[in-house]
Amino acid sequence: MDRASVGIMAFLAVSAAAVTVAYAQKDAAQDSIEAYREALQDGNPAELYEASGEELWKTPAGPKAASLERCDLGLGPGVVKGAYAQLPRHFADTDRVQDLESRLLTCMQTLQGKDPKPYIEASFTAPPKEEMNALAAYISGQSKDAPIAVTLAHPKEQAMYELGKRMFNYQGGPYDFACATCHGQEGTRIRLQELPYIPSAKGAAAGWSSWPAYRVSAGQMWSMQWRLNDCFRQQRFPEPVYTSDATIALSMYMAATANGATMKTPGIKR
Amino acid sequence: MGSPMKIRASVKDGVTEIKVLMGHEMETGQRKDANGAVIPAWFINEVTAKLDGKMVMQAQWGPSISKNPYLAFKVKGGKAGDKVSVTWVDNKGDTRTDEAAVT
Repeated sequence: MDRASVGIMAFLAVSAAAVTVAYAQKDAAQDSIEAYREALQDGNPAELYEASGEELWKTPAGPKAASLERCDLGLGPGVVKGAYAQLPRHFADTDRVQDLESRLLTCMQTLQGKDPKPYIEASFTAPPKEEMNALAAYISGQSKDAPIAVTLAHPKEQAMYELGKRMFNYQGGPYDFACATCHGQEGTRIRLQELPYIPSAKGAAAGWSSWPAYRVSAGQMWSMQWRLNDCFRQQRFPEPVYTSDATIALSMYMAATANGATMKTPGIKR
Repeated sequence: MGSPMKIRASVKDGVTEIKVLMGHEMETGQRKDANGAVIPAWFINEVTAKLDGKMVMQAQWGPSISKNPYLAFKVKGGKAGDKVSVTWVDNKGDTRTDEAAVT
């Protein structure tokens, strides 16, 4: 062996060691993020929003001075327990596939006589949306630990799923982005945030089962609609209309892919 | 008045652990709104906790505490059924007290 090849061998040995160290560090970093999340979980301020959401659910409001307690979220009028884990789904009365928030707007309109327009148009930090976020916190909390049961039994559910899958992979906008750009490969992350690989059952569950969530850095309770709206913004796509089919389709795609996983809502995020 | 606190307290091996979640804006007074006007400071500046009527913790807080603060601490003594009472006072003079039983 001449001197040059000994040098190369030594270099290779050193770089192999360096790679091992880097992997070990990555795991340690991951572990400490997990520990941080664990610590946050123990005093999730989402509980405060659940309490106000429950009050909103039970308090008569709107022109008809009715509460939402007779609202059918898919398991019959007034059944909240476990309902979120089975949304989105097709509703016969509206003949639409609806997610939680679009269904709530239906109930507000039919039971309470409220105009959904201000709820749709308000910014996510404005009072009408605060109501929606609190209701989402309460209702999703009533499905904590329930298995996700979203099937594609109805043709419209199937169509919504297919649309969601196309939306997920649709690439465009000034950045030539798609949902799949960030969420289409395994084991990636942005800064310290892992990016779930949505097309897999595990990845879809990581996303779907942890929203709505309280975001510690912003001190805000985010519903799934808000989360998706921000995904559109991050891709520099046109802003989707609140509770529009485009947003419900993406939810349907995620929920159906995550089918069978356990709900952990409301979640907590950095 | 403020929004209700969530209080949990449990006793193990003669030590009571008290966990409190408070709903409060905790505005620092350093931020500006969309029009550039300073958002006035609004934060909890005093927290006290009583276990079975006896003061066990007193804290002075400031604007560096997060929105919707979470506080957990341990106290020697206490038994199941004891009453835990937590009170906060903010810089606007608003105050709220909530209670829970030790489990």
